[in-house]
Amino acid sequence: MSIDGSNYFDINDILSTQQRLPCKVEMPIYRLGYLDSSSESEHLQPGTKLELPFWMARALCSRKRHIVSVDLPKQYKEGYREIFSADPTMVDLHKLGPYFYNYGSQLLQFELPETPDVAKSLLQTFQGRLRKIMDSSQNCFNEDTSKLVEKLDESERILFKEGQQALNDFQCWETRKTEKLKTSEMVKNHRKRKRVVLEET
Amino acid sequence: MLAEKALDLLRELQRTLDGSLPPYNEDGIRQILEEMKALFEQNQKDVSATVAGENGLFSGVQLRHSALERNKRCLLAYLYNRLEQIKKMRWEFGSVLPPEVKFNMCEQEVQWFSKYNKMLANYMRSIGGEGGLDLTQDLKPPKTLYIEVRCLMDHGEFETQDGNILLLKKNSQHFMLRSECEHLIRQGILEHIVH
Repeated sequence: MSIDGSNYFDINDILSTQQRLPCKVEMPIYRLGYLDSSSESEHLQPGTKLELPFWMARALCSRKRHIVSVDLPKQYKEGYREIFSADPTMVDLHKLGPYFYNYGSQLLQFELPETPDVAKSLLQTFQGRLRKIMDSSQNCFNEDTSKLVEKLDESERILFKEGQQALNDFQCWETRKTEKLKTSEMVKNHRKRKRVVLEET
Repeated sequence: MLAEKALDLLRELQRTLDGSLPPYNEDGIRQILEEMKALFEQNQKDVSATVAGENGLFSGVQLRHSALERNKRCLLAYLYNRLEQIKKMRWEFGSVLPPEVKFNMCEQEVQWFSKYNKMLANYMRSIGGEGGLDLTQDLKPPKTLYIEVRCLMDHGEFETQDGNILLLKKNSQHFMLRSECEHLIRQGILEHIVH
């Protein structure tokens, strides 16, 4: 997490902190009225409601300062939490995310009254879905998995890919394919791209 | 919204990281730096106004400051991830990068790459006794000294360690020292034949 700055350079972390969440302005912010496209005023007045990206909200709302107050995005609110607890495996987390867990755990930093419930719900959702993800990553070999992967959040996709890779490597080892030297994947991808460019021109 | 351009830069980078390096987006970086400069100047103005006695400007300063930090983070991440990619390419493509990749690098990146190359070569020479140790070889444990390979494209003549000259022509097959042809296999010029 970026809390300790260890993945300061991580693109996924940067993208996940870009998602917007509903905020309410508590103190006047002068000369930044253009951030709220629905109003003409030059300043942001207290009481204005607007959506700010997470990183900005985080800087403006903490224990020390209270320039805006934040609210949870709807996919972390009670209504959705109930759906998750009913059957986590059916939800399309990619549509609600795509960095559902990462973003959710960042939201915990705001220390809202609902925070403990959100944390619990995130954990339970993950636990509920993990089994199915692992199961299918180990069992659909040479099969179209796009339907299944479609509904996974980004971090779940990484897990799924790892599982498939492991299965693949194991099969290669069983059939003694590991000794064969292969072209590096990067070189292959590079060639493919080059070919596409050549065909287009 | 603030810092939107910096994000576009990263998105563009992320899309193409699987096998190539996107062109160094000088224009995008310049625009971000301009945005940062404008934010910084506005902040300076507000701070001096506060020192002069005006009240309530603090929140705006805070907001702009967060945008500055965000822009900084995005820019640094952009540069860092490109460097990581270039470093990875050294191990995948070998010490000479394909011209299209080189073309997409900026001046400083080219310099960095040649320095990295030099450092890696020096290090590999310094370890493993007399002749050094090539770390980019034998990524998988070798089973035999010689292997059979087939050419996938015309590569021209190739001089082996014992002085023979092989003509690497498309579809021709050779029996070569593993250590000599591993790089050519990784670069997709030869194919390893396993029976």
